[in-house]
Amino acid sequence: MIAHALDAEAARQAEEITWHLAEKDDHDHGHSGGATLIGFWIYLMSDALIFASIFATFAVVSTGYAGGPTPREIFDLPLVALNTALLLFSSITYGFAMLAMERGRQAGVQLWLAVTGLLGIAFVGVELYEFSHLIAEGATPQRSAFLSGFFTLVATHGLHVTFGIIWIGVMIAQVAQRGLNPDNRRRLMCLSMFWHFLDIIWIGVFTFVYLLGVLR
Amino acid sequence: MTDSSIWKTIFGRLTWESFPVHEPILLGTFAVVVVLGAALVGAITKYRLWGYLWTEWFTSVDHKKIGIMYIILGIVMLLRGFADALMMRAQQAIAFGGNEGYLNAHHYDQIFTAHGTIMIFFVAIPLVVGIINFVLPLQLGARDVAFPFLNNLSFWLTVSGAVLTMVSLFVGEFARTGWLGYAPLSGLAYSPDTGVDYYLWSLSIAGIGTTLSAVNMVATVLKMRAPGMTMMKMPVFAWTAFCSNALAVAIFPALTVAFALLLLDRYVGTQFFTNDLGGNAMQYWNLVWIWGHPEVYVLILPAFGIYSEVASTFCGKRLFGYTSMVYATVVILILSYLVWLHHFFTMGSGASVNSFFGIATMVIAIPTGAKIFNWLFTMYRGNIRFELPMMWLVAFILTFVIGGMTGVLLAIPPADFVLHNSLFLVVHFHNTIIGGVVFGLFAGMVYWFPKAFGFKLDPWWGKVAFWGWVAGYWIAWMPLYIPGLFGVTRRVNHFYDTSLQPWFIVAAIGALIILVGILGFVMSILVGWLKRDQLRDVTGDPWGGRTLEWSTSSPPPAYNFAFTPVVHDLDAWYDMKDRGYRRPAQGYRPIHMPRNTGAGVILSGIATVLGFAMVWYMWWLAAIAGAALLAYAIAHTFNYDRDYYIPAEEVARTEAARDRQLALAEA
Repeated sequence: MIAHALDAEAARQAEEITWHLAEKDDHDHGHSGGATLIGFWIYLMSDALIFASIFATFAVVSTGYAGGPTPREIFDLPLVALNTALLLFSSITYGFAMLAMERGRQAGVQLWLAVTGLLGIAFVGVELYEFSHLIAEGATPQRSAFLSGFFTLVATHGLHVTFGIIWIGVMIAQVAQRGLNPDNRRRLMCLSMFWHFLDIIWIGVFTFVYLLGVLR
Repeated sequence: MTDSSIWKTIFGRLTWESFPVHEPILLGTFAVVVVLGAALVGAITKYRLWGYLWTEWFTSVDHKKIGIMYIILGIVMLLRGFADALMMRAQQAIAFGGNEGYLNAHHYDQIFTAHGTIMIFFVAIPLVVGIINFVLPLQLGARDVAFPFLNNLSFWLTVSGAVLTMVSLFVGEFARTGWLGYAPLSGLAYSPDTGVDYYLWSLSIAGIGTTLSAVNMVATVLKMRAPGMTMMKMPVFAWTAFCSNALAVAIFPALTVAFALLLLDRYVGTQFFTNDLGGNAMQYWNLVWIWGHPEVYVLILPAFGIYSEVASTFCGKRLFGYTSMVYATVVILILSYLVWLHHFFTMGSGASVNSFFGIATMVIAIPTGAKIFNWLFTMYRGNIRFELPMMWLVAFILTFVIGGMTGVLLAIPPADFVLHNSLFLVVHFHNTIIGGVVFGLFAGMVYWFPKAFGFKLDPWWGKVAFWGWVAGYWIAWMPLYIPGLFGVTRRVNHFYDTSLQPWFIVAAIGALIILVGILGFVMSILVGWLKRDQLRDVTGDPWGGRTLEWSTSSPPPAYNFAFTPVVHDLDAWYDMKDRGYRRPAQGYRPIHMPRNTGAGVILSGIATVLGFAMVWYMWWLAAIAGAALLAYAIAHTFNYDRDYYIPAEEVARTEAARDRQLALAEA
């Protein structure tokens, strides 16, 4: 009898407890968009660790000149300063693209993306010029561990920038095709994080590889 | 252009000599693989299963199917890795004094390298990732992982790595460097053939897959938990899966960089790990172990989670010390990142550095010990049912504790100077990995098998598997601690001191008993399938489970949950059963689901071609494959049509069928 009453009590409680939520119509889009941004953040953190590992390796071999050229002899700081300026400006122009996206101006987005991409191409161009110059002087990646580390670190960053440029091109096409729909907005946000991330990495490269290298 | 230079341009360094036709063992293996492969392909073709496999499995983005495919990959590769183990055990049992055995050093070195590489990268990782894939979203009350397509791609990239490793068996050679490819031995100067290149490309491709999968799982835990499930109401397995994957995100970059720099040394001629021109081989060791040590925790943490689920289910009570279990997991995650140097105390980094890493290593024993006590206290006064998963748990506790203690011994730098590279070390890590990870994986597979397939594994053969593994492990490995302590070194294919032979004969017998265990497991699947009507699980909750995965049908529908569950308590399903929850009978709505795609298979197929072309220096093919990879990836982003709705009527039909099944079970 008492057990029965308890059962009834439990049943009454169960009626009041919410065990389920029905689907809301806007549920999925907000959900997956949030997951994409945080997922991309996590990816960027793992990419940051890739750079950290290369930085650490560079630190280990940075004085392994093996009788070859030293940083002071080969680094051309004004050229690197120009490159730094190009990349920092490209971050600002990407910011303008994002502002245009917030205002829903599709042409503005495409214009600023194009400017950002051109600055990125200029950056990679200057870097390739620097590399070819060094290799012509005999400062090749094979010459010493220091140069191996230098070329690998800078080129890994440059390769990232190259992928960023390709991505910018793809986004210009996709925005032209489908406008600023939620998918494209999300992608532009991810690309934005990627591009600014490369800026931060470059500041590390500029400081620790070039400036400290010349000071040493 | 001469004939040979045309040949070289097309095939790189691939020649007729690259095929090991003069090696009878390999030729025999190749014949068996061809026959079995042809039989399999023939059977699939005869029963017209290609279309089914392609649409329902290969291209599926359903986390449950991807999880099952991971586990199948892991079991297939386990057979390969274990065949290597048997060959080594046979060689070491006979090659004493005047007897050279049947494997020369060149071949033997490839076998121990392949054994270690395969067992970690293509057995342990796929099994762990597979179980996480299958269980995690169900435990979180989610319909899939955060990025379903990425999940499919991760799986196929892992397959791509496994395929390249297997190809090296018959085309060219595998590495002879040990499973981590230490420089400078793995540099071009000392390993000029294709072995190290196969190793680097296959593991790099698989490693990218594992990294992406880890990102996916971390995002899944952070964003996909059911309403009400705060982090501290998450099942312990979900916690350990979360920590394991967060750790994987943090460590795989170091491995990627170590491999990338070694590839540059080998292909471009850079000087990172070479002996001259300023290179530093120990930097490779550091990078590789910054990955390698935490990696064993990436594997064991989910196993700890499985043991926790098993303990509370089969003791019929809430896990003892949930909060301490979570904190212990997090502490292990952090500490595991601070101990890598104990793998090379002998590098000579000085007393203070060695002391730091030695003490940090010993400290890990504290949270791990806390976990052991938590399981023991869960058992204490519990209503224990000694079903198979519970048996694995008990065997784990008894075996793993010894491995942990020998680990603390090895963490003392002066002792390590004596035991470095000895059999003692080899026994230690087999003790922890078999006694910890493998036993846990078996517990997990037996525990969740009915959830995945709707029937239990055959218990008799399951017990054969259990006793084969446990007895085989103890006989094969535990005695070897003693010659290891005396200083017998690892990776040796011949001994002059015949007094050591009995130890290795016993070890070979133990390996054969483990073989019985492996075959027993395969049999438990086959016999379970034959007797599936008797072993069927109609309730969806065959063990009296406590977490949300047991609230679904076995196997769960594609959408997992018709309604998003709301969680009020740690053991959410137990709470629902306890408080008189009833299944809703109406109000179904269309369910938004991701669409299947073949992009993962295609991208990974191209990656395999790229890896093969790079190994053999077929530059034209590598260039084409690289360009194709990029082009296909870009083209895939132009496809915006990636999801669909399961109509409400279909959901209603599926749920009504489940209602009828449940009513039948109760009647």
